[in-house]
Amino acid sequence: MIEILRCGPLTTVQDDGRQGLRHLGVPAAGALDDWALARLNALLGNAPEAAALELVAGPLELRIEREGWLALCGAPFEMRLDGRLLRPDWRWPCRAGQLLRLDGPVSSQRGLLGFAGGLDVPAVLGARATDLRSGFGGLQGRALRKGDRLPLGPAAALRGVRGLAAPEWDGRLRALPGPELDLRSRDALWSEAWKVEPQSDRMGLRLSGPVLNLRRPLELASTAVLPGTLQLPPAGQPIALLADAGTTGGYPRVALVIAADLWKLAQARPGGSLRLQLCTLEAARAARARRQHELALLRRALLD
Amino acid sequence: MTAEPSWDWLSEDLLCLRLPGEPALPGQRRLLALAQALRGRAVFIDLVPGLHSLSCVLAPGAEPAAAEALARQAWAKARASAQLGRERLLPVRYGGEEGPDLPEAAALLGLSEAQLIAAHCAPVYEVACLGFLPGFPYLLGLPPQLALPRRATPRLRVPAGSVGIGGAQTGVYPCESPGGWQLIGRCTQALFDPAAAEPSWLLPGDRLRFVPA
Repeated sequence: MIEILRCGPLTTVQDDGRQGLRHLGVPAAGALDDWALARLNALLGNAPEAAALELVAGPLELRIEREGWLALCGAPFEMRLDGRLLRPDWRWPCRAGQLLRLDGPVSSQRGLLGFAGGLDVPAVLGARATDLRSGFGGLQGRALRKGDRLPLGPAAALRGVRGLAAPEWDGRLRALPGPELDLRSRDALWSEAWKVEPQSDRMGLRLSGPVLNLRRPLELASTAVLPGTLQLPPAGQPIALLADAGTTGGYPRVALVIAADLWKLAQARPGGSLRLQLCTLEAARAARARRQHELALLRRALLD
Repeated sequence: MTAEPSWDWLSEDLLCLRLPGEPALPGQRRLLALAQALRGRAVFIDLVPGLHSLSCVLAPGAEPAAAEALARQAWAKARASAQLGRERLLPVRYGGEEGPDLPEAAALLGLSEAQLIAAHCAPVYEVACLGFLPGFPYLLGLPPQLALPRRATPRLRVPAGSVGIGGAQTGVYPCESPGGWQLIGRCTQALFDPAAAEPSWLLPGDRLRFVPA
């Protein structure tokens, strides 16, 4: 069990998200930085679908009530266990009664704090992810607050402190051209820097830059959309959909960020900027295969 | 026979079929029949109908070319005539606090409130797909003469169960949400319950009738 003594807004329980329910209008939710969650669970010897805490701001303070291991991946925070500074992207032993405090983030946008065994809240619709908009999953379908207690699942035996290299957030996202990419200013999408607006949330990143116009105005019947899709509302400023976005949309789709770079959307900070790089389907599939291979190697190396 | 869809891989995992023309029942039913035929096959983890489209999400590790070949075979066998769904009756309390836009909507359409209610209850609607929010139905069948412009300023809070008209669409809000539709009534039926074995009260292909409560 862990007990939350203090936490910032939008601290939620997230796992790898719901699958197979999009035809009912149920979005995946889950950790926006899927690559951080995968590395975190590899570090902690957890199943890939184990749940962790996603946080965008500190301070987070919690009391640990069971001996075990913890780690932080994604956005680095200043992390202290009973006052001792712990490095992110490493796993650290912890004892019952210890206090953990996170301040930050130091850079990037979303940290994932995990424990060996994972956060063992009840699964709803097949996942522990919090769906904030519909109010289910996670802990009672809501963000965490002071006094919340979260059970931990059974943990694997781990040997020793280990660490992983953290990927660099470079703001360069590879993307495929969208089916309605028919822009008068087609090049601008790929050549300009897109600023991340503060109204961004777990549903989507609002981007601003040069106004994009379709050659012909387009009325689209609502169709399924997936996270990573860049929609273009009439105002001409794209929105990059994230894991909590509604499952259908009617705006023209001008680009789709490739799976291997989705985590970079999750870590884009309001006020920061990002650039899109045109990618092919073959390159996108190859990038993901490399990612899966890398993860398999990490998991094996961390268990030995 | 229905028209043939376009087949496009939009991303690593996303095979999208789209039918030409305005969304209509024969094509939509054939897409739903295809989704049903592919559901449970290990190659796709999600089969998500839109209006005149079906998005097929490849399962991890599945081979794209083989998955597409399977989907194309299933499309050839899918029939537009199949009525897949169930009949659902939805009692609605029209007007008053629960349908605050009914007087304005009736005035805009040049109808009395009673005529608008009768016209809204007359058709058998068909659930083309679900989306926007869990359990939110996109319905085919609104009489074109009931089409209404969306509100100039969307409401920040539309109560759960609200029945509205937006453009040429009518629908029901499954949970409280911001929304720009004209609200003409409200129902007490829960449209989505995450704890239920069948979480969505409506499924794609179901037929729905509104009745005054």
